[in-house]
Amino acid sequence: MQQQQSNRFFFKVDWITILIYMALCTIGWVNIHSAVYNPDKAFSFSFTAVDGKQLIFIISGLILGFVILLLESKFFSIFAPIVYGITILLLITVLVVGRNVGGNQAWIPIGTFRLQPSEFAKFGTALLLARYINTFNPKLTSFKSIVVCVAIIALPMGLIMLQPDAGSTLVFLSFMFPLYREGLPGYLLVIFWVMVLLFILNLYISQVTLIISILVIGIAFIFLYRKKIQKIILIAIITVASIGYLFVAKFVFENVLQPHQRTRIEVNLGLKTDNRGAGYNVRQSKIAIGAGQVTGRGYLQGTQTKYGYVPEQSTDFIFSTVGEEWGFVGCTTVIILYAFLLLRIINMAERQRSTFSRVYGYSLACIIFFHVFINIGMATGIMPVIGIPLPFISYGGSSLWSFTVLLFIFLKLDSNRMGFI
Amino acid sequence: MDQLFNRKYIIQGLFILLSLILIGKLFYMQVLSDKYFLSANSNALRKISIYPARGVIYDRNNKVLAQNQPTYDLMVTPNQVKPFDTLSLCNIIGITMEEFREKFHKAVVHSRNQAFIFQKLLSVETYATLQEKMFNYKGFYVQKRTIRYYPDSIAGQFLGYIREVNNNEIEKYQGYYKLGDYIGRTGLEKQYETDLRGKKGIINMLYNVHNVPQGSYADGKFDSLAVAGSQIITTIDSRIQKLGEELLANKVGSVVAIEPSTGEILAFVSSPGYDPNKMVGKGTNDSYKSLFANRYKPFFNRPLRGRYSPGSAFKPLDALIALQEGAIDPNTTFNCPGYYWAGNRKFKCEHIDGDISLRRGIARSCNTYFYSIFAKMMTKNGLKKQHATYDEWQNKVRKFGIGDTLGIDFPGESSYKLFTAEDNTKRHGKYWGYTTILSVAIGQGEISTTPLQMANIMAIIANRGYYIKPHVVKGIGNDKHIDPKYKEKHYAGIDARHFEPVIDGMQDAVNSSIGTAKESQIPNILMCGKTGTVQNNQGKNHSVFIGFAPRENPKIAIAVIIENGGYGGAYAAPIASFITEKYLTDTLMGRRINGATIDQYKAANLLPQLKENIAKPKLKTDSLNQATDTTKRELPIKPKINQHTFNKTAVEPKANATATK
Repeated sequence: MQQQQSNRFFFKVDWITILIYMALCTIGWVNIHSAVYNPDKAFSFSFTAVDGKQLIFIISGLILGFVILLLESKFFSIFAPIVYGITILLLITVLVVGRNVGGNQAWIPIGTFRLQPSEFAKFGTALLLARYINTFNPKLTSFKSIVVCVAIIALPMGLIMLQPDAGSTLVFLSFMFPLYREGLPGYLLVIFWVMVLLFILNLYISQVTLIISILVIGIAFIFLYRKKIQKIILIAIITVASIGYLFVAKFVFENVLQPHQRTRIEVNLGLKTDNRGAGYNVRQSKIAIGAGQVTGRGYLQGTQTKYGYVPEQSTDFIFSTVGEEWGFVGCTTVIILYAFLLLRIINMAERQRSTFSRVYGYSLACIIFFHVFINIGMATGIMPVIGIPLPFISYGGSSLWSFTVLLFIFLKLDSNRMGFI
Repeated sequence: MDQLFNRKYIIQGLFILLSLILIGKLFYMQVLSDKYFLSANSNALRKISIYPARGVIYDRNNKVLAQNQPTYDLMVTPNQVKPFDTLSLCNIIGITMEEFREKFHKAVVHSRNQAFIFQKLLSVETYATLQEKMFNYKGFYVQKRTIRYYPDSIAGQFLGYIREVNNNEIEKYQGYYKLGDYIGRTGLEKQYETDLRGKKGIINMLYNVHNVPQGSYADGKFDSLAVAGSQIITTIDSRIQKLGEELLANKVGSVVAIEPSTGEILAFVSSPGYDPNKMVGKGTNDSYKSLFANRYKPFFNRPLRGRYSPGSAFKPLDALIALQEGAIDPNTTFNCPGYYWAGNRKFKCEHIDGDISLRRGIARSCNTYFYSIFAKMMTKNGLKKQHATYDEWQNKVRKFGIGDTLGIDFPGESSYKLFTAEDNTKRHGKYWGYTTILSVAIGQGEISTTPLQMANIMAIIANRGYYIKPHVVKGIGNDKHIDPKYKEKHYAGIDARHFEPVIDGMQDAVNSSIGTAKESQIPNILMCGKTGTVQNNQGKNHSVFIGFAPRENPKIAIAVIIENGGYGGAYAAPIASFITEKYLTDTLMGRRINGATIDQYKAANLLPQLKENIAKPKLKTDSLNQATDTTKRELPIKPKINQHTFNKTAVEPKANATATK
């Protein structure tokens, strides 16, 4: 009986996803090994070396994943509020006792390890959001349900922002897509992205030009709809709001953001060249990736990697190692692996019978995607430097475990996709 | 719900779109552009030059003139320095703690990870002491390099010096040199730079982000070895070079000696000179500055650039052309009453000889004799065709290497203009005749030569009619090759038979009681020569002697110019005789028949008193002034003293030496 059940259980698990997961972890370890490679030191499977540690993280992560597969599906739904509560508590703890590493108070030291609660806050939030939507089956068009959802997301976001860790904070924006899937009106997303666009344009173009442009567009629309008084009022409100927003955005950029964050954004938008400060990492990372050319310079042969020209190469800039040593072929392979994984997760999410599983699946896919796009975008210089890891590939126990847990919870839910949770 | 299900495609579409954007960006960076690849190389790859030893320079007897000497630089890499006994290090290298801190600070400012020259040019003794205690000084190491060393401290201007390249030179030589490299800046070091320097080796080294070398690129596949510089055997004889420099101490002037049969320069003395060892190692900049500021211009290369009227030393050449043209024969006599009438102008001679023949005319340096033959030559086609005749004549003079450079393998040779008929017209108006330029007959006025050219004229006479381009290098490299153009004979257009009568006169000038250089007779050696006393508007006349020895199979042709030395027989001739004797016999009898010892000549100080402000030179026969006015070299400035007045400046005749004029 026991035997039979376990067979059925493993049959239902999506092995292809697990294979992609293991492939990405392997690629990660191989590149971390290269990034920290020192010919004078033999590799040791221990805590003394970065690559040794990562191997331990990968194996323990895999064990953790299979433990999750052995749990009951209902467990996650039931304990969602508790997990969420714990992560919130951890986020508060880190603000009190956390260790400051690189300007962010994001780490809780536990022995030789450092725990990064913001990594675990992602699945706490994903679980609770799924639970809320599943339990109350709210129409996300109602104002109240939107407020609740936003509150669930905003609480950890706010706490992480206090650390301050801009990268991890922004990751929570990816929750807007699961909400969109569940019925959040599209125009809200449009408004949000227009605001982002205006924020960027505000830095590029002089404010006066921008205001005049908005006024011209507004007047043009009013002229177009001159017969309908309601639309005219709406357009007028939008126009005025946009102009007001410009001033707020300017104020936020100049007074709320930290100087290094401002610089990063400016460098990324090409408003400033800064080859020594924030721009240095990106410049060296771009050189490394570009130097790889089509087939790469060969494993352990990249001069940028071998001779330490790219800072933080095993963590946030691990993709530059892939780029330099494996070239365009290697980079494309990695991106295709991610794309395949994400499309598969979305498809799997759609086949779930329970809303909980679907919302959770979408959250998972969007969080991974956000990380991948921002991280690779940052390494290639099309995104600002916001330090978030590349899922499964970047060095780091907290990050690897949190993504593993996130993924394997979904695999567990999927293995029970016909059940109600 | 169906409608919401479609949102799946929007989200998946977004994933695909953004993934394609990333791939597109990567395609641009990795496939289309190679600028990143080049940047990666410029980050990590550096070409390290390996400097070969510079070629050694020898004299003609394989005695070393310039060699390489190891010197030691103390280097420091600040990041590797551990606390140590600073005072002991300071004591060894001889600096104060203050200086130590200053230097260390400089090194830190330069780079914490890169080696920096802490103390330059340690002596061998310091190096030995330091080496024993080096283990105490972590982060310091000693780097060996070589500098030039000149065992005899002679021939400074001849050998030249090496200095760090400047930007012009870096540009000129297109990539061979880089900042901090050395290059031959003057003299032989400059002329034979490409042979002497050898070829730099290149090692492609990889560096990490902290600038610490990580090994060679591609296992040294693209590296190249350094090739040592070629040795150079010069034609200089260091024995007479040294003697010449000693004799010219405290005098302004030069000595050029040539081996007539080969055109090889045996001695190349420019005085005042300098000790070449002052231009290397510690204090180079200071000595460079003080030498450069020296009013006697020790850097001025007199043998090749000094501008002198040949004076009476021109007379043998005059005679040769006259003999070749048939204007005179060896027995032709002219009457010298102590003056010469040219039209209504009277030119004085130094002595009254009555009827005088060629041999005696040369020995006595009789002006009237040479005015007469010049007049005869110029008027042979009639008075109206004097200009054409002059041109014909000056072309013959040119064949002796006057009026153009000789093409010596040495940088900076000057050429001074020999006037053509047209040039004379420009200066004197179109009605000039031979009387206008009569002073040319005795080597004054519209004629200028360098000491090298004077010595070369002697080589022509010694060879009885030809010369080989003077050159300073006997062989380059192990195969001892030289440019074949330094083996070709150049004929002066005078038949060999015309030389003997002239040489007879030159023999008498030194070896007879009537000669102008009779005090310079060398025991057992027949030296033939001609004195000259070059009129100098700036001060005392210049003493000139040109000659060769022995009479048969001459081994040495020599020109000596001693500025402000007075009569040719006073300084130039004795000095030439000492050098000749030394070269031919390798000994010095030390005493000439007038009782003067060689030490008296060495000790004599003939340096002119320099005025605070040197007046613009009027007559360009003085190398000290001439160097200040090189821009007008093309056309000599018109002499202030014209033919009407220059007799007034003639000096009193003396029994023992005859001056031109």
